Amino acid sequence: MTDKILKAMTPKRKTAVNGKSPAMTYFVVLAAYAVLELCIKTGIMSSHLQGLLVPMVYYAIVAVGLNICVGILGELSLGHAGFMCIGAFGSAVFSLLTDGVLPDGLRFLLAFLVGVALATLFGFLIGIPVLRLNGDYLAIVTLAFGEIIKNLLNALYLGIDENGLHASLSNQMALGLSPDGKMLINGAMGVSGTPHDANFTISMVVLLIALFLAQNLVHSKHGRAIMAIRDNRIAAESIGINIVRYKMQAFTISAAIAGAAGVLFSHNISTLQASSQYFGYNVSIMILVYVVLGGIGNLRGSVIAASILYLLPELLRGLNKYRMLIYSIVLIVVMIFNWAPAAIAWRENLAAKFKAARKENV
Amino acid sequence: MALLEVNNLCISFGGLRAVDDFHMTIEKGQLYGLIGPNGAGKTTVFNLLTGVYAPNEGRIILDGQDITGHKTIEINQDGIARTFQNIRLFSQMPVIDNVKAALENQYSYSLFDSLTHLGKFRQVEKEITERSMDLLKVFDLDRFAETLASNLPYGQQRKLEIARAMATNPKLLLLDEPAAGMNPNETAELMKTIELIRDKFGITILLIEHDMKLVGGICERLTVLNFGRVLCEGPTKEVLSNPEVIKAYLGDE
Amino acid sequence: MSFLTSLVNGLSLGSIYAIIALGYTMVYGIAKMLNFAHGDFIMVGGYIIFTCVSTAGLPPAAGILLAIVLCTLLGIGTEKVAYKPLRHAKSNLAVLITAIGVSYLLENLALLIFGADTKSFTNVVTWPGIALFGGQLRIQGVTIVTILVSLAILIVLQLFINHTKNGQAMLAVAQDQGAATLMGIDVNKTISLTFAIGSGLAAIAGALLCSAYPSLTPYTGAMPGIKAFVAAVLGGIGSIPGAMIGGLVLGIVEILSKTYISSQLSDAIVFGILVVVLLVKPTGLLGKVTQEKV
Repeated sequence: MTDKILKAMTPKRKTAVNGKSPAMTYFVVLAAYAVLELCIKTGIMSSHLQGLLVPMVYYAIVAVGLNICVGILGELSLGHAGFMCIGAFGSAVFSLLTDGVLPDGLRFLLAFLVGVALATLFGFLIGIPVLRLNGDYLAIVTLAFGEIIKNLLNALYLGIDENGLHASLSNQMALGLSPDGKMLINGAMGVSGTPHDANFTISMVVLLIALFLAQNLVHSKHGRAIMAIRDNRIAAESIGINIVRYKMQAFTISAAIAGAAGVLFSHNISTLQASSQYFGYNVSIMILVYVVLGGIGNLRGSVIAASILYLLPELLRGLNKYRMLIYSIVLIVVMIFNWAPAAIAWRENLAAKFKAARKENV
Repeated sequence: MALLEVNNLCISFGGLRAVDDFHMTIEKGQLYGLIGPNGAGKTTVFNLLTGVYAPNEGRIILDGQDITGHKTIEINQDGIARTFQNIRLFSQMPVIDNVKAALENQYSYSLFDSLTHLGKFRQVEKEITERSMDLLKVFDLDRFAETLASNLPYGQQRKLEIARAMATNPKLLLLDEPAAGMNPNETAELMKTIELIRDKFGITILLIEHDMKLVGGICERLTVLNFGRVLCEGPTKEVLSNPEVIKAYLGDE
Repeated sequence: MSFLTSLVNGLSLGSIYAIIALGYTMVYGIAKMLNFAHGDFIMVGGYIIFTCVSTAGLPPAAGILLAIVLCTLLGIGTEKVAYKPLRHAKSNLAVLITAIGVSYLLENLALLIFGADTKSFTNVVTWPGIALFGGQLRIQGVTIVTILVSLAILIVLQLFINHTKNGQAMLAVAQDQGAATLMGIDVNKTISLTFAIGSGLAAIAGALLCSAYPSLTPYTGAMPGIKAFVAAVLGGIGSIPGAMIGGLVLGIVEILSKTYISSQLSDAIVFGILVVVLLVKPTGLLGKVTQEKV
């Protein structure tokens, strides 16, 4: 079986669709893991920085998920933090319910599957209305759904006692929980006491799985159909590609991966709250920034950009209150440098001159 | 029995009759031309035949089957494939993937196989790749297989669009101004390609074209459209020497 | 009576959303971009007025005027420096991300200059308002002024667009930039003008918003900005009456659901309305349906 998986992981064709070889991506991730692990083991890395590793990886995972939506499907989503939120809460509640009942490893594995399954389900349900819309309308509706999810979870009270589950959208008292009942979700106070099951290694494994699935998808019949729709919907229809089905598939997979990141999120934090800081539209936008800077449709780029950009403000900590200012200026400058037609022409011109000069020297 | 039979096809856009009482019969294996001045409604006819628009009236019978009102996707499965006046390729995908995408309905493996590359994935992908390369060879595009479609020269892009349409195994191929924007050399090459695929695949072709050299050179029968109505139809030579047709093209002096 | 009070408050909040949404919708219609930084101009306007009135002791009118002028200039400048280079970029996501960068920049500049603490804003409308039904229904001065100002803005904008050369130029650029250029319209100038108007409106919205809800932080503009964006989409993005209607609907729904359903769920309801409207009418209430030509 492992042999088969390994075989599947090494593609025959070297040039991938976006000019990036998938094997190289796994190598980059594994190498980064080895270096970082070494830094931890030898004590070079501060504990503060160590604490940032898991978040860095789960943001990289959401970025991969979002890139399937933005880069491969070609639809702008501003609500992926919402899917992350669902994965986080679903798995956290499951872990709370089974804490002490199941062995730790199995509990986390099942919690992971529950979180992903819920995010998949919501991705599917939300995809049905959303994917009927186009362009910026689609984007704003995903934003709306993200906010609705966050808002509802913020107002949700969920508890359990011998009579089963109790839910309310108004307050804790309305649950009518018996004295030995247990609060699962406490409104805006969120979920507390989720076991810390996620760690750097597990996160990296999840990242690798996400990348494996995403890159395989790109190099498959389903991926080609999805990208055909992205490139030209009318032509895709004309060759018999079922637009709705493939759009749904891409969107749902994308949501599922975001959900997986959510599971890591909730199992790495003491108190999980559906606050704007963690799951608001601004988080979705932050992830979109990772995707665009890493290259639209470039999965490896998403991972690299998410990692660097997540750590950047932390590395700039020495500059204290100027760091976010610098971050925003860097963002604007990089965007103009990378995307402005004038800047691209200037760069190409410079490269050509450089080449010519080198030829003369030889 | 005729491969395509169209009767009394009508469509209006906001009170304007774009196509009115359109009729046409194409026999199997024929190379048929649809001509007419700009704005006569030729592309609208294509859009009606391929389900982009649903006709207000009329019937479309393909190979004995009534396909009127079918959606674009179904019509492709019914056996009609097309190219577009303004080229519509999957521009950010390699040339070979443009063809592979069109094989979508002929090969299958599950989404799970796609995500894991296990199961039937390898076997089926191998077949898809072979079929695609074979098709690209017919169009002399195999050397560009890994090139991004948008980086192909113009003439080759037109050919790739035809190759992609052919990949869906159609009974009837619709070509919307295949020679538009081509230089005489490219047009000559295109004429050879069109005749080649007709002979090699035994397919029926309906094309819209303004280039009279191409139309006169390869089409066996013509229908002339003017102001949304059929002006005349018949064997190419007869139609092209019809004074009505010449008048429609050159205007009333 | 409490229903009427809520309704009036909703109208007032809706009017503020509408003013912001007008800026959104004009910029979207003409420059074809989602200006995510638009909401932050409200905050910038708020801080300028705060500085003028509370720190420098100037009269409110002077503060508002200065805020409008400075926001207008800032809007034009931002477009020139950050957005214009990306106007013809390969992906329209590029300019969207840059706008997000501008938004971060403005928020963090404010954070640096004014700090994170909440500034209490002095109401710029000194009129106490009116009491109706023997004092049962009290309407604050700022509420009435807000509604009147937004109405005035709507009328002036409609007149400007339909009856002036520059307004017509905006319509032309919104339809087709290339064709507008061929007709001798200065596209750059028209886009600049659009940003100027949008940013000026944001400053006015800032004055009204901070007067009605007198707490000012670097993030004051973000959520109203997003809500106004939702309002613009709800009404049909690109449509000026649509922005107005969308804003009013949103404001009223928000206040009514806060009063009668749940203040925690009001945002979910507001966004839910957007989802429902777009499902019934995919281009918003007054948006035009365009179909891609085959």
